[in-house]
Amino acid sequence: TLASPDVQKQLATILTGEGVFFGIEAKSKSDHSHNGHHQNASSITGIPIVTFKWHHVEMPYTVALWILVAGLGKLVIEANHHVTNVIPESALLICFGFILGGIIWGADKVQTFSLTPTVFFFYLLPQIILDAGYFMPNKLFFSNLGGILIHAIIGTCWNAATVGLSLWGCHVGGAMGDIDIGLLQYLLYGSLLSAVDPVAVIAVFEQVHVNEVLFIMVFGESLLNDGVTVVLFNVFDAFVSLGGAEIDAAEIIKGIISFFVVAFGGALVGVVFGLLLSLLTRCTKNIQIIEPGFVFVLGYLSYLTAEMLSLSAILSITFCGVCCQKYINANMDEKSVTTVRYAMKVFANGSETMIFVFLGISAIDKTIWVWNTGFILLTLLFVFVYRCIGVFFLTWIQNKFRLVPLDFTDRLIMSYGGLRGAVAYGLAVLLDENKIKERPLMIGTTLIVVYFTVILQGITMKPLVTWLKVKRATSSDLMLIGKVQNKVFDHLLVAIEDISGQKGHNYMRDKWNNFESKWLSWILMKPSARKKHDHVFDVFHQLNLRDALDYVAEGECKGSLEFIRNETAYIDFRKKFGDDFSDISIQDTFRRDTVPSISLEMHEQTMNGLRESEDMNTHHLLQQHLYKGRKQHRHRYSRSHFDVNQDENEVQEIFQRTMRNRLESFKSGKMGVTPPKTITKHSKKDTQQKVKKEMRWNRPTLYSDLPYFEFSEESSASGYTGSIPRVSYTAGVGIENPAFMPDLDPMAPVQIPPWLAEGETDSATVAPSQRAQAGLPWTPSNLRRLAPLRISTRSSDSFVLADTLPSSSRERDELPPPPSPPPSPPHS
Amino acid sequence: MGSNKSTLQHIPNAEELMEETGFSAAHIQRLYDRFQLLDRDQMGGLRNEDFEAIPELVTNPIKDRIIGAFLSPGKDMVDFPSFVRVLAHFQPTNSKRSKTSSQEQYNSPTRKLQFVFQLYDQDRDGKISKTEMLQVLQEMLRMEETDEQLQSVMEKAFQEADLDQDDAISFDEFKKSLEKLDISEKMSIGFLC
Repeated sequence: TLASPDVQKQLATILTGEGVFFGIEAKSKSDHSHNGHHQNASSITGIPIVTFKWHHVEMPYTVALWILVAGLGKLVIEANHHVTNVIPESALLICFGFILGGIIWGADKVQTFSLTPTVFFFYLLPQIILDAGYFMPNKLFFSNLGGILIHAIIGTCWNAATVGLSLWGCHVGGAMGDIDIGLLQYLLYGSLLSAVDPVAVIAVFEQVHVNEVLFIMVFGESLLNDGVTVVLFNVFDAFVSLGGAEIDAAEIIKGIISFFVVAFGGALVGVVFGLLLSLLTRCTKNIQIIEPGFVFVLGYLSYLTAEMLSLSAILSITFCGVCCQKYINANMDEKSVTTVRYAMKVFANGSETMIFVFLGISAIDKTIWVWNTGFILLTLLFVFVYRCIGVFFLTWIQNKFRLVPLDFTDRLIMSYGGLRGAVAYGLAVLLDENKIKERPLMIGTTLIVVYFTVILQGITMKPLVTWLKVKRATSSDLMLIGKVQNKVFDHLLVAIEDISGQKGHNYMRDKWNNFESKWLSWILMKPSARKKHDHVFDVFHQLNLRDALDYVAEGECKGSLEFIRNETAYIDFRKKFGDDFSDISIQDTFRRDTVPSISLEMHEQTMNGLRESEDMNTHHLLQQHLYKGRKQHRHRYSRSHFDVNQDENEVQEIFQRTMRNRLESFKSGKMGVTPPKTITKHSKKDTQQKVKKEMRWNRPTLYSDLPYFEFSEESSASGYTGSIPRVSYTAGVGIENPAFMPDLDPMAPVQIPPWLAEGETDSATVAPSQRAQAGLPWTPSNLRRLAPLRISTRSSDSFVLADTLPSSSRERDELPPPPSPPPSPPHS
Repeated sequence: MGSNKSTLQHIPNAEELMEETGFSAAHIQRLYDRFQLLDRDQMGGLRNEDFEAIPELVTNPIKDRIIGAFLSPGKDMVDFPSFVRVLAHFQPTNSKRSKTSSQEQYNSPTRKLQFVFQLYDQDRDGKISKTEMLQVLQEMLRMEETDEQLQSVMEKAFQEADLDQDDAISFDEFKKSLEKLDISEKMSIGFLC
């Protein structure tokens, strides 16, 4: 929209007339040059110790101040959640902008600051759209793509045409009094008002949490309709310049062709940049610190490139984000991914705040308030009514083809959710004053439409949704069976489609997945990521790992791990998590994915080295097969909250499982030759003790061998600082866990780590260490909820002894006499 | 509906099938053509071999269960009415034809759920036992998994779903555990005409 020469002239007038960047007054510029002189002159008279060089820093200072003010405004607004529950944040920010604008106007009597198109389109909008694209729930998006496109293309054209024509009709009918707007100008005006705005949609829908299909329809439409809006605006703008006489069929056809070029071209540019970005992250193994930078820079470049080629910039950056998400998440280092995710949210949030504040400030401008009741009211009416009609009609057509038709309330919310926002305002400001006499009126009316949709519709959206009982987003705490079931469904539906001979939706999805995993992943993902990608690890899982390790560390330091006693008891971590672990557990707002999923594997990364083939990583397979489907259910799009859908059951489940796995490794690691499927009960306990002892004292050497066992000297749970390093784990070093090697011949000698081999002299009889006996392995009371493992009844281990003596638990300095060495254990 | 009754005359019981399952005449015709195509030896029924001959189906991990779902107990051949009845489960729930009461329709959510339940409950005793669940888990994994891990998953699943603690999941418990899933939405295929 900014490429045509008239627009450039327009920009020039804006820039010089209103000053650089934020429309700083012209007088300041003359001051600036004057001051420069002055400074040169002043250096002659004497050396100044300190000078006040305002104009030296004026521009960056103003920018920074504005960002600060916007942030402070948000701080004030978010202070009270009761208010923000009723009135959406965006509305409050606009009001805040009103107040600020009023203050400035009071001080200067002229509008010194406003939202200029350059700033908006180049510096504020791209990050919001990049954020939208990067976090887009791809599966949901593409499965509803047909519907989204229908609304984006046909719906937007319908809006533009009907609003423009109706307004013109009313003008001819005399409802608007005496204003100088022709048919073409009405159409131009209609086209700039036609676009549903992504920023506004996110801002309003974020608090409402409607069901995902509804959300993606409106949101997807708001993103994709930029292609249409750009074309319509440019075409009509050109028509207005040419004048009515010049328009013939050729021009109209050119207009239609330009639509395809702009839309598909924009998307193509985005895809290209997305692939480029994925390739780039594939090569950045050595300089991981730069990775986040690449993401933002390439995203921004895709936007600018499309803008340069007069294609749709929003489409470009959207598709860049959509295409690259999977690959960059897989390729980049854990920390980079977190950085990117969080930084995107910060930028997007910041931009959104500034946009709304400036939308408010822009209202305080005397020049734009040309009041024409008819024009304004009719515009409002037509925008709203035609949106409703358009949506209902299009969804009625769609419902004939949809498997799951959209019901009435959904359709109502879709039409009500057609919010206009800053994009419309930006386009209005871009109108050429010379060609369009009534520009102030148009700007003013556009602002009123924006305020109406964002404030009024924003406030009433939530009550409306509640009143209509619209289906909300499932806070899906699916049970385990549900997750299994999803996978069953996936397979089942594909099978039924195959049997009945249809190439349906599922078939396509299957085909695409095959193609993608065979070719695209091969090119775009790092080999190491490719192997692991099937076994996707969320930060949630890693956090659980961390928690498990901390838990083990803490438990051990306190002297016991009671849960190894009884294998079958049900672990109830719920309370534990709530009470004690709130500081270390799922509190961070940094999440890899908004979707927690179950992962069973703790040792994945270290185990990679143990066997080349992936048969070993059986846990992943369980994860891959059972839980892959679940991710798709859980997308919760939110601008400001980056939460994990916290599910206590799941947390519990993961913990239980990870703890069990960990303990199995403890159990069998010592022996080394334990047959995989039958882990002896005797060796469990010995291994436990021996390993624990060795773990504790041989920490330095262990660290290099077993990167997972990052113990801290103080057993503080919060002492865990490092992330799980990805260490290539050479076979034979460290504890080999036969539990994870199901194919291993049970009788084959497995290399036993040297420090454990010492105890092999007499068939794995191990005397409990002094420390272990001294501090009888006692759990603090809160650990009792863990499921202990079953121990052989013949064991005379101190654990068992401990069981019988609950009262003397806490005395650590009192050394009970070491128990006699246990009798020789039964052979496994 | 515009059904062309004359073309359906060679399909036995077409009218009743249409009534029963809610498929349109065009659907029935198409399914019949497909049935004929699959039935390579023209025995009037589909056997295991016929199903196995479908290329894409071979790679499906739960194909045996699905094939088993088509076969009525005691028979080893799927005749056309059974074929259609099974496929009727996959129609979208809100298809317009509702001549019979909604409970009896094949594509009601309850019927769909019963179909799925049968996939698990191979011995048809009305309950999913632990072994049956374990088998499903094993099938859906491409490669080996230690029994212990599967066991623990299965145990956990049972703990969650088995409300009366009888070591088996009844149909009602199954239904309850899946109440968050939108079965009718998930288990629908668009049948092309």
